[in-house]
Amino acid sequence: MSSRIYNCLSAIADVIEENKDFLTDLDREIGDADHGVNMARGFHAVKEKVPQDETDIGAVLKKTGMTLLSTVGGASGPLYGTAYMEAGKVLAGKTELTAEDFSAALQAAIAGIQKRGKAERGEKTMLDALIPACETFTAKTAEGASFTDALEAACAEANKGIEFTKTIRATKGRASYLGDRSIGHQDPGATSATLTLETILKFLKEN
Amino acid sequence: MVGIVIVSHSAKIAEGIKDLAQQMAQDYTGLECAGGMEDGSIGTDPLRIVEAIKRADHGDGVVVFGDLGSGIMSAEMAIDMLEGEAINAKIVDAPIVEGTIVAAVEASIGSPMERVIEEAVKTREFHKV
Repeated sequence: MSSRIYNCLSAIADVIEENKDFLTDLDREIGDADHGVNMARGFHAVKEKVPQDETDIGAVLKKTGMTLLSTVGGASGPLYGTAYMEAGKVLAGKTELTAEDFSAALQAAIAGIQKRGKAERGEKTMLDALIPACETFTAKTAEGASFTDALEAACAEANKGIEFTKTIRATKGRASYLGDRSIGHQDPGATSATLTLETILKFLKEN
Repeated sequence: MVGIVIVSHSAKIAEGIKDLAQQMAQDYTGLECAGGMEDGSIGTDPLRIVEAIKRADHGDGVVVFGDLGSGIMSAEMAIDMLEGEAINAKIVDAPIVEGTIVAAVEASIGSPMERVIEEAVKTREFHKV
Protein backbone atom coordinates (compact mmCIF):
# COMPACT_ATOMS: atom_id res chain seq x y z
CA MET A 1 0.00 0.00 0.00
CA SER A 2 1.31 3.44 -0.79
CA SER A 3 2.19 5.76 2.09
CA ARG A 4 0.23 8.86 3.01
CA ILE A 5 3.13 11.15 2.05
CA TYR A 6 3.40 9.45 -1.34
CA ASN A 7 -0.32 9.90 -1.91
CA CYS A 8 -0.06 13.58 -1.01
CA LEU A 9 2.82 14.12 -3.43
CA SER A 10 0.90 12.19 -6.05
CA ALA A 11 -2.05 14.56 -5.53
CA ILE A 12 0.31 17.54 -5.97
CA ALA A 13 1.65 15.96 -9.17
CA ASP A 14 -1.90 15.55 -10.51
CA VAL A 15 -2.77 19.19 -9.77
CA ILE A 16 0.41 20.40 -11.44
CA GLU A 17 -0.41 18.27 -14.47
CA GLU A 18 -3.99 19.63 -14.59
CA ASN A 19 -2.63 23.18 -14.41
CA LYS A 20 0.26 22.62 -16.81
CA ASP A 21 -1.14 24.81 -19.58
CA PHE A 22 -2.35 27.47 -17.15
CA LEU A 23 1.12 27.78 -15.56
CA THR A 24 2.83 27.77 -18.93
CA ASP A 25 0.48 30.50 -20.20
CA LEU A 26 1.29 32.65 -17.15
CA ASP A 27 4.97 32.11 -17.86
CA ARG A 28 4.47 32.96 -21.54
CA GLU A 29 3.32 36.44 -20.48
CA ILE A 30 6.44 37.31 -18.51
CA GLY A 31 8.97 34.51 -18.94
CA ASP A 32 10.07 31.71 -21.19
CA ALA A 33 6.81 29.73 -21.31
CA ASP A 34 8.14 26.61 -19.69
CA HIS A 35 7.00 26.65 -16.05
CA GLY A 36 4.00 24.33 -16.44
CA VAL A 37 5.73 21.93 -18.80
CA ASN A 38 8.85 21.80 -16.62
CA MET A 39 6.96 21.30 -13.37
CA ALA A 40 4.71 18.64 -14.90
CA ARG A 41 7.75 16.76 -16.22
CA GLY A 42 9.39 16.96 -12.79
CA PHE A 43 6.36 15.77 -10.84
CA HIS A 44 5.64 13.01 -13.33
CA ALA A 45 9.16 11.75 -12.54
CA VAL A 46 8.49 12.15 -8.79
CA LYS A 47 5.47 9.85 -9.06
CA GLU A 48 7.61 7.25 -10.81
CA LYS A 49 10.81 7.49 -8.80
CA VAL A 50 9.70 8.05 -5.21
CA PRO A 51 9.17 4.68 -3.48
CA GLN A 52 5.42 4.32 -2.85
CA ASP A 53 5.72 2.39 0.41
CA GLU A 54 8.37 4.58 2.09
CA THR A 55 6.85 6.13 5.23
CA ASP A 56 9.81 8.25 6.36
CA ILE A 57 8.53 11.68 5.29
CA GLY A 58 12.01 13.18 5.35
CA ALA A 59 13.40 10.49 3.05
CA VAL A 60 10.47 10.85 0.64
CA LEU A 61 10.85 14.65 0.44
CA LYS A 62 14.60 14.34 -0.06
CA LYS A 63 14.05 11.94 -2.95
CA THR A 64 11.38 14.29 -4.33
CA GLY A 65 13.85 17.19 -4.25
CA MET A 66 16.61 15.21 -5.95
CA THR A 67 14.20 14.06 -8.63
CA LEU A 68 12.93 17.59 -9.33
CA LEU A 69 16.54 18.78 -9.51
CA SER A 70 17.37 16.45 -12.36
CA THR A 71 14.09 16.56 -14.30
CA VAL A 72 12.56 20.07 -14.15
CA GLY A 73 15.17 21.89 -16.23
CA GLY A 74 14.41 25.54 -15.50
CA ALA A 75 15.11 27.62 -12.39
CA SER A 76 12.20 25.85 -10.70
CA GLY A 77 14.38 22.71 -10.61
CA PRO A 78 17.03 24.04 -8.21
CA LEU A 79 14.43 26.14 -6.36
CA TYR A 80 11.74 23.52 -5.74
CA GLY A 81 14.45 20.84 -5.48
CA THR A 82 16.15 22.79 -2.69
CA ALA A 83 12.80 23.50 -1.00
CA TYR A 84 11.83 19.82 -0.82
CA MET A 85 15.32 18.71 0.20
CA GLU A 86 15.53 21.29 3.01
CA ALA A 87 12.05 20.33 4.23
CA GLY A 88 13.16 16.70 4.07
CA LYS A 89 16.17 17.40 6.30
CA VAL A 90 13.90 18.89 8.97
CA LEU A 91 11.50 15.94 8.77
CA ALA A 92 14.09 13.13 8.64
CA GLY A 93 12.81 10.00 10.39
CA LYS A 94 9.28 11.32 10.91
CA THR A 95 6.30 9.27 9.82
CA GLU A 96 3.67 11.75 11.03
CA LEU A 97 3.53 15.52 10.99
CA THR A 98 2.49 17.93 13.70
CA ALA A 99 1.69 21.56 12.89
CA GLU A 100 5.04 22.52 14.43
CA ASP A 101 6.82 20.07 12.08
CA PHE A 102 5.01 21.50 9.07
CA SER A 103 5.86 25.04 10.09
CA ALA A 104 9.53 24.16 10.61
CA ALA A 105 9.67 22.34 7.27
CA LEU A 106 8.04 25.26 5.44
CA GLN A 107 10.44 27.71 7.05
CA ALA A 108 13.42 25.57 6.04
CA ALA A 109 12.07 25.30 2.49
CA ILE A 110 11.68 29.08 2.27
CA ALA A 111 15.18 29.67 3.64
CA GLY A 112 16.53 27.26 1.02
CA ILE A 113 14.69 29.03 -1.81
CA GLN A 114 15.96 32.41 -0.60
CA LYS A 115 19.55 31.21 -0.47
CA ARG A 116 19.40 29.46 -3.84
CA GLY A 117 17.54 32.24 -5.63
CA LYS A 118 19.19 35.13 -3.77
CA ALA A 119 15.69 36.57 -3.50
CA GLU A 120 13.63 38.40 -0.92
CA ARG A 121 9.93 38.97 -0.48
CA GLY A 122 8.55 41.62 -2.85
CA GLU A 123 10.46 40.57 -5.99
CA LYS A 124 7.55 38.86 -7.76
CA THR A 125 8.53 35.28 -6.98
CA MET A 126 7.09 32.25 -5.21
CA LEU A 127 8.33 33.80 -1.95
CA ASP A 128 5.52 36.36 -2.16
CA ALA A 129 3.04 33.51 -1.68
CA LEU A 130 5.09 31.24 0.58
CA ILE A 131 6.36 33.71 3.18
CA PRO A 132 2.97 35.20 4.15
CA ALA A 133 1.45 31.70 4.07
CA CYS A 134 4.13 30.37 6.40
CA GLU A 135 3.83 33.34 8.77
CA THR A 136 0.07 32.91 8.96
CA PHE A 137 0.26 29.15 9.46
CA THR A 138 2.75 29.55 12.30
CA ALA A 139 0.78 32.36 13.96
CA LYS A 140 -2.56 30.52 13.70
CA THR A 141 -1.22 27.29 15.18
CA ALA A 142 0.40 29.27 18.01
CA GLU A 143 -3.08 30.67 18.73
CA GLY A 144 -4.40 27.14 18.99
CA ALA A 145 -5.97 26.69 15.54
CA SER A 146 -6.15 23.16 14.12
CA PHE A 147 -3.68 22.09 11.41
CA THR A 148 -6.26 22.36 8.62
CA ASP A 149 -7.75 25.64 9.88
CA ALA A 150 -4.26 27.16 10.02
CA LEU A 151 -3.45 25.83 6.56
CA GLU A 152 -6.75 27.19 5.22
CA ALA A 153 -5.79 30.65 6.49
CA ALA A 154 -2.29 30.19 5.04
CA CYS A 155 -3.73 29.35 1.60
CA ALA A 156 -5.85 32.51 1.72
CA GLU A 157 -2.68 34.52 2.39
CA ALA A 158 -0.85 32.72 -0.43
CA ASN A 159 -3.65 33.72 -2.80
CA LYS A 160 -3.35 37.32 -1.62
CA GLY A 161 0.35 36.95 -2.34
CA ILE A 162 -0.45 35.96 -5.93
CA GLU A 163 -2.61 39.09 -6.26
CA PHE A 164 0.23 41.14 -4.83
CA THR A 165 2.64 39.83 -7.49
CA LYS A 166 0.39 41.41 -10.13
CA THR A 167 1.10 44.85 -8.68
CA ILE A 168 4.90 44.73 -8.66
CA ARG A 169 7.67 44.49 -11.19
CA ALA A 170 9.98 41.49 -11.41
CA THR A 171 13.61 41.88 -10.45
CA LYS A 172 14.53 38.20 -10.53
CA GLY A 173 14.62 35.65 -13.31
CA ARG A 174 13.65 35.96 -16.96
CA ALA A 175 10.71 38.26 -16.10
CA SER A 176 13.14 40.93 -14.92
CA TYR A 177 14.16 41.47 -18.57
CA LEU A 178 10.67 42.96 -19.05
CA GLY A 179 11.03 45.63 -16.34
CA ASP A 180 7.77 47.55 -15.82
CA ARG A 181 6.04 45.46 -18.49
CA SER A 182 5.97 42.63 -15.95
CA ILE A 183 3.48 44.65 -13.85
CA GLY A 184 -0.11 43.42 -14.22
CA HIS A 185 0.85 39.77 -14.58
CA GLN A 186 0.76 37.24 -11.77
CA ASP A 187 3.89 35.28 -11.02
CA PRO A 188 3.85 31.64 -12.22
CA GLY A 189 6.07 30.48 -9.34
CA ALA A 190 3.82 32.08 -6.72
CA THR A 191 0.93 30.36 -8.47
CA SER A 192 2.46 26.88 -8.46
CA ALA A 193 3.53 27.31 -4.83
CA THR A 194 -0.05 28.25 -3.86
CA LEU A 195 -1.46 25.30 -5.81
CA THR A 196 0.90 23.07 -3.82
CA LEU A 197 -0.31 24.40 -0.45
CA GLU A 198 -3.96 24.18 -1.54
CA THR A 199 -3.48 20.58 -2.62
CA ILE A 200 -1.91 19.66 0.73
CA LEU A 201 -4.95 21.26 2.45
CA LYS A 202 -7.42 19.39 0.26
CA PHE A 203 -5.53 16.14 0.80
CA LEU A 204 -5.54 16.57 4.59
CA LYS A 205 -9.27 17.30 4.61
CA GLU A 206 -10.08 14.25 2.51
CA ASN A 207 -7.66 11.78 4.08
CA MET B 1 45.69 21.05 -15.95
CA VAL B 2 42.71 23.28 -15.21
CA GLY B 3 39.42 21.78 -16.39
CA ILE B 4 36.54 23.63 -18.06
CA VAL B 5 32.81 22.88 -17.94
CA ILE B 6 30.36 24.43 -20.39
CA VAL B 7 26.82 24.69 -18.98
CA SER B 8 24.05 25.49 -21.42
CA HIS B 9 20.30 24.92 -21.63
CA SER B 10 21.02 23.40 -25.01
CA ALA B 11 23.25 20.36 -25.57
CA LYS B 12 23.96 21.63 -29.09
CA ILE B 13 25.20 25.00 -27.80
CA ALA B 14 27.48 23.32 -25.27
CA GLU B 15 28.87 20.89 -27.87
CA GLY B 16 29.28 23.68 -30.41
CA ILE B 17 31.23 25.87 -28.03
CA LYS B 18 33.40 22.89 -27.15
CA ASP B 19 34.14 22.32 -30.86
CA LEU B 20 35.02 25.99 -31.34
CA ALA B 21 37.32 26.07 -28.31
CA GLN B 22 38.92 22.77 -29.26
CA GLN B 23 39.88 24.26 -32.63
CA MET B 24 41.92 26.88 -30.78
CA ALA B 25 43.37 24.46 -28.23
CA GLN B 26 43.68 21.22 -30.12
CA ASP B 27 45.65 19.12 -27.65
CA TYR B 28 43.70 20.29 -24.61
CA THR B 29 41.68 17.49 -23.04
CA GLY B 30 40.02 19.27 -20.12
CA LEU B 31 36.78 20.45 -21.79
CA GLU B 32 33.50 18.90 -20.63
CA CYS B 33 29.89 19.70 -21.53
CA ALA B 34 26.79 19.83 -19.35
CA GLY B 35 24.19 20.81 -21.93
CA GLY B 36 20.45 20.21 -21.77
CA MET B 37 18.62 17.57 -19.82
CA GLU B 38 19.25 13.83 -19.70
CA ASP B 39 16.26 13.20 -21.99
CA GLY B 40 17.57 15.71 -24.54
CA SER B 41 15.14 18.51 -23.72
CA ILE B 42 16.13 22.12 -23.14
CA GLY B 43 17.14 22.91 -19.57
CA THR B 44 19.92 22.59 -17.04
CA ASP B 45 20.43 19.82 -14.52
CA PRO B 46 22.65 20.35 -11.45
CA LEU B 47 23.40 16.62 -11.22
CA ARG B 48 24.70 16.53 -14.80
CA ILE B 49 26.86 19.56 -13.99
CA VAL B 50 28.27 17.77 -10.92
CA GLU B 51 29.26 14.83 -13.15
CA ALA B 52 30.84 17.12 -15.75
CA ILE B 53 32.87 18.94 -13.08
CA LYS B 54 34.12 15.59 -11.75
CA ARG B 55 35.14 14.54 -15.27
CA ALA B 56 36.89 17.87 -15.88
CA ASP B 57 38.81 17.78 -12.61
CA HIS B 58 42.45 16.82 -12.95
CA GLY B 59 43.50 18.25 -9.60
CA ASP B 60 44.17 21.86 -10.64
CA GLY B 61 40.65 23.23 -10.40
CA VAL B 62 37.67 23.54 -12.74
CA VAL B 63 36.23 26.72 -14.23
CA VAL B 64 32.55 26.73 -15.17
CA PHE B 65 30.87 28.84 -17.85
CA GLY B 66 27.07 29.15 -17.92
CA ASP B 67 24.59 30.63 -20.37
CA LEU B 68 21.39 32.16 -18.95
CA GLY B 69 19.43 32.36 -15.69
CA SER B 70 18.97 28.88 -14.35
CA GLY B 71 22.19 27.79 -16.06
CA ILE B 72 24.02 29.79 -13.43
CA MET B 73 21.67 28.77 -10.60
CA SER B 74 22.11 25.09 -11.47
CA ALA B 75 25.90 25.53 -11.64
CA GLU B 76 25.90 27.19 -8.21
CA MET B 77 23.87 24.32 -6.85
CA ALA B 78 26.23 21.77 -8.42
CA ILE B 79 29.23 23.44 -6.78
CA ASP B 80 27.43 23.45 -3.40
CA MET B 81 26.73 19.74 -3.88
CA LEU B 82 30.45 19.10 -4.39
CA GLU B 83 31.17 20.39 -0.89
CA GLY B 84 33.34 17.91 0.93
CA GLU B 85 35.04 16.73 -2.25
CA ALA B 86 38.51 18.03 -2.97
CA ILE B 87 37.52 19.86 -6.16
CA ASN B 88 38.06 23.58 -6.54
CA ALA B 89 35.31 24.66 -8.95
CA LYS B 90 34.38 28.26 -9.76
CA ILE B 91 31.82 29.92 -12.00
CA VAL B 92 33.38 32.55 -14.27
CA ASP B 93 31.40 35.74 -14.86
CA ALA B 94 32.17 35.99 -18.58
CA PRO B 95 30.51 35.47 -21.98
CA ILE B 96 30.16 31.74 -22.49
CA VAL B 97 31.61 31.52 -26.04
CA GLU B 98 34.52 33.95 -25.82
CA GLY B 99 35.23 33.07 -22.20
CA THR B 100 35.42 29.34 -22.87
CA ILE B 101 37.72 29.78 -25.85
CA VAL B 102 40.14 32.03 -23.98
CA ALA B 103 40.04 29.75 -20.93
CA ALA B 104 40.77 26.70 -23.09
CA VAL B 105 43.79 28.39 -24.65
CA GLU B 106 45.12 29.45 -21.22
CA ALA B 107 44.46 26.04 -19.66
CA SER B 108 46.12 24.29 -22.60
CA ILE B 109 49.40 26.10 -21.96
CA GLY B 110 49.31 25.03 -18.31
CA SER B 111 48.23 28.31 -16.69
CA PRO B 112 46.97 28.08 -13.11
CA MET B 113 43.28 28.53 -12.32
CA GLU B 114 43.56 32.19 -11.20
CA ARG B 115 45.21 33.10 -14.49
CA VAL B 116 42.63 31.16 -16.55
CA ILE B 117 39.82 33.05 -14.77
CA GLU B 118 41.58 36.41 -15.10
CA GLU B 119 42.00 36.02 -18.86
CA ALA B 120 38.46 34.70 -19.39
CA VAL B 121 36.94 37.61 -17.47
CA LYS B 122 38.72 40.05 -19.80
CA THR B 123 36.50 38.83 -22.65
CA ARG B 124 33.66 40.83 -21.07
CA GLU B 125 35.34 43.87 -22.64
CA PHE B 126 35.73 42.41 -26.14
CA HIS B 127 34.03 44.56 -28.75
CA LYS B 128 32.76 43.13 -32.01
CA VAL B 129 32.44 46.26 -34.14
